[in-house]
Amino acid sequence: MTSIRGRRILAGALTLVAVAAMAACGSKTTDGNTAAGVSADISGDTVKVGLLNSLSGTMAISEVTVRDSIMLAIEEINAAGGVLGKKIEPVGEDGASDWPTFAEKAEKLIREDRVAAVFGCWTSASRKAVKPVFEKNKALLFYPVQYEGLEQSPYIFYTGATTNQQIVPGLDYLKAQGATSLYLVGSDYVFPRTANKIIKAYAEANGMKVLGEDYAPLGSTEFGTITNKVKSSGADAVFNTLNGDSNVAFFKEYKSAGLTAASMPVVSVSIAEEEVKSIGTQYLEGQLTAWNYYQTTPGATNEKFVAAYKAKFGADKPTSDPMEAAYVSVHLWKAMVEKAGAFDVEKVRGAADGITFEAPEGLVTVDGATQHIAKTARVGKVGADGLITEVWNSGQPITPDPFLKSYPWAGGLS
Amino acid sequence: MTTVVRDPVTAADPAPEPPTSPAASPTRHRIRAAAGFAFGAALLFAVAPLVLSDFRLSLLAKYLCVAMVAVGIGLAWGRGGMLTLGQGVFFGLGGYAMAMHLKLADAGPGAMPDFMLLYGQLDELPLWWRPFASPWFALPATVLLPMAVAFVLGSLVFRRRVRGAYFAILSQALAAAMVILLIGQQGTTGGTNGLTDIQGFFGYDLDDPVNQRMVYFVIAGTLLALLAVARHLTQSRYGELLVAVRDSEERVRFLGYDPATVKLVAYVVAAGMAGLAGALFVPAVGIISPALIGIVPSIEFVIGVAIGGRATLLGPVLGAVAVAWARTALSERFPGTWTYLQGLLFVVVVAFLPGGLASLIGLVRRRDDDAARPGRFGRLRPRRREGTA
Repeated sequence: MTSIRGRRILAGALTLVAVAAMAACGSKTTDGNTAAGVSADISGDTVKVGLLNSLSGTMAISEVTVRDSIMLAIEEINAAGGVLGKKIEPVGEDGASDWPTFAEKAEKLIREDRVAAVFGCWTSASRKAVKPVFEKNKALLFYPVQYEGLEQSPYIFYTGATTNQQIVPGLDYLKAQGATSLYLVGSDYVFPRTANKIIKAYAEANGMKVLGEDYAPLGSTEFGTITNKVKSSGADAVFNTLNGDSNVAFFKEYKSAGLTAASMPVVSVSIAEEEVKSIGTQYLEGQLTAWNYYQTTPGATNEKFVAAYKAKFGADKPTSDPMEAAYVSVHLWKAMVEKAGAFDVEKVRGAADGITFEAPEGLVTVDGATQHIAKTARVGKVGADGLITEVWNSGQPITPDPFLKSYPWAGGLS
Repeated sequence: MTTVVRDPVTAADPAPEPPTSPAASPTRHRIRAAAGFAFGAALLFAVAPLVLSDFRLSLLAKYLCVAMVAVGIGLAWGRGGMLTLGQGVFFGLGGYAMAMHLKLADAGPGAMPDFMLLYGQLDELPLWWRPFASPWFALPATVLLPMAVAFVLGSLVFRRRVRGAYFAILSQALAAAMVILLIGQQGTTGGTNGLTDIQGFFGYDLDDPVNQRMVYFVIAGTLLALLAVARHLTQSRYGELLVAVRDSEERVRFLGYDPATVKLVAYVVAAGMAGLAGALFVPAVGIISPALIGIVPSIEFVIGVAIGGRATLLGPVLGAVAVAWARTALSERFPGTWTYLQGLLFVVVVAFLPGGLASLIGLVRRRDDDAARPGRFGRLRPRRREGTA
C-alpha cells in the first residue's frame, strides 16, 4: 500500500506547487504593469502589416478574395514608394474560419511579428473574438465587411457599411417601391439576428408588417419549408440575410416554388458579384441587393481598380463590395500614417478624422468619432450577365451611425 | 514516463500482456512514475516558462487544456472502449459556466454582461444566469455540471446497452444539439460569438502578462493532477475491471459485475476532466464559443488521442499537444496549404503507427529489451522476483 500513499503525497505536492506558483506569480495590481502596447517593428527598410483572413474552412471562398485585393493595394502602394519611405511587407495568417484561431493569430501578428496594422476578418464572430486582443495590445485592425453595427472599438476601423449605410437604405428603397409587408430569412448567427431586430424596429415605425422570420443554420441546404412559408405569407418582399452556400439552395427552392423577382422580390445583403457567380445567374436575375459598391459602379477610379484586379488575378474574377472596402482600408491606413507622420497607433488614430480617399465607390471620408467611414448606399439589380447594376443610390455619402442614434425608432435597440 | 510501456495497447499489440495487478506492481514502477511526474513538472514549470515567450506560453496553456480533455478520453475510450465523440459538450459546459461567472464579475454586481445589452433586449439578468454570479456556485459547477449531464446520459445509455457506433453517434448528436441551442439563444448566450472579451480572473487582470503566466501554471498543475488521478484509476482494481469491460463486456457481466456502472464511472470522470479543461480554457484564451464545442472540435479531441495512443497514460496528452502544436506551427509556416499537411500527418501516423506516438517509445524499449533478454518471460521474470523480494 506504500505505492498508493506515495501517489497521494505526489498529488498533494503537485497541488502545493500549483498553489505556490499561483501565489508567487499573480499580481492584483493593475496599474502600470498591464500589457502595454507592443510597438510595431519599424527598424528596417520595411514595415510589416498583418493579413488575417480565412484561407481554409467555410469562409475561405469569400475571404481569399479580400486577401487578394489587400495584396493589390499593398503592391500599388509599394510601387509608388511605400509608406513614409518604407515598403509594406505583408505577413499572412490563416484564421481557418474558426473564431478562437482568429484571436490566436491576431495575437501572433501583433506580438511576434510586431505588425503596424492588421487587415482582415469577415464574420462578426471573428471580429468579436479578436476585438479584445487588439484592445489589450493597443494595436489596429481594419475590418472591411458590412456588419450589424452596435459596435465601436477604439482600435478597430470599420471600412464596410454599418446598418444605416446598407440595411436602412435598403428598407427605404423597398418602402418607396410601395412594399408594406416583409418576410425575413437569415442564417442563424449574430449578423442576421441583429439585422432582423433592426428591420423589425424599422418596420414597426414605418407602418410595414413583418409576416415571418426564419433562420437556417449556417451551411444548411434545406429550404423547402421556409420557401413554402414565404410563399403562403404573401409578403411584398423578402429581406434575405442568408450567408454562403445556403443562398444556393434557397434561391433554387424559391424559383421552383414559382416565386420570381417580379412577384416577390428578394433583397439580399450578403450576395455580391462573387456569390452571384457561385449561386447561378438564372436563379438570381432581377433580384435586388444592397451594398455600397458594385463592379459596375461608374467612375475612372473604379475602372482602374477593376482592370488592375483582373490583370493580376484573372479576367473572370469579379470585384465586390467587401473586396473594395478592404482595398480602400489599406489606402486609408497609408493616408492616416502619412498625416500622422508616424506608425504609432495612437498618432494614427489621432490623424484619422477627416481623411478622405477617392475610392472605386466614390469619395469616402473617415469619421474620427466612430472610426467608421462615410459611404454612399446603393441598391442594385442582378443582371443576366451576373453583374449587378445600380437602380438607386443615396446621392451622397451617408455619415456612419453604428448605434443608430439619429433614428428615433431605433431607441430601444442598444 | 516509462510506465506506459506496460499498458496494453489493443490497436498496436494484438496479444496484450496480462495486466499486472497493483499488488504485484514492483517498487521500480512507482519510482519510475514519480520520476516521470517530477520530470513532467520540471518541464512544465521550469523549462517551458524560461524558454517560451509570453505569447508561446499562452499557446501552450491552450494546448494543455486540450490535453486535459484528452486524459479523460484516454480513460473512457482507450481504457473503457467508449468512443466519446461528444466531449465538446462537457468542455463547453465547463467553459460556459466559467465564462458566465467571469462575465458577471467583469460587469460588476447587479449589472448585465455587455452582449446581453446589445442583443438581448432584456430588462434583467435571466434567472438561470443568476447563480453563476457566485464563485461558490460557478467553480464547482464547471466540473459537477458536466459530470451530472454525463451521469444522466450515461445511466440511460449504458443500462440499455447502447455501445459502439450507436454510442458515438449519440455523443455527436448531443454536441450538435448543444451548438444549435446556444446559437439560437443569442440574447442570453452570445450566439455564434460566444462569450468573449473576458477581462478578469477572480480579481486578477488577464491583460497582465504576469497573470497570464499564473493561469498557465494553474493549468499545468491541474493537468499533472489529472494525470495522477488517471494513473491512480487505471492502476486500481477498477482500472482492471474497466479494461475487462472494454475487451469482453459479456464475460464481465457473467462474473457478477455490472458493466454499466463500470463504464458510467469512466464516462463521468472523463466528462469532469473535459469540464475542468473548458473552465481553464476560458481565462487562458479569453473566449468560449459554439465553434469550440461542436462536432468538429469534438472529433479533433479524439484525433489528438488517437495520434498519441489512446490506451496509454501519456499518449493522449502527447497526441493532443502534438496535434495542437502542429496545427499552429504548420499554419504559421504555410498559411495557404497547412490543412493538407495536417491531413497527411494524420494519415501517416494512423497508417504506420496505429498505436499512436506513445507506441513509438514502446517500440524502442521493446527493441532494447529484446536485445538484452529475448522473449516475453525473459522480460517479466526479473520484475516478479523484485516484486516478491
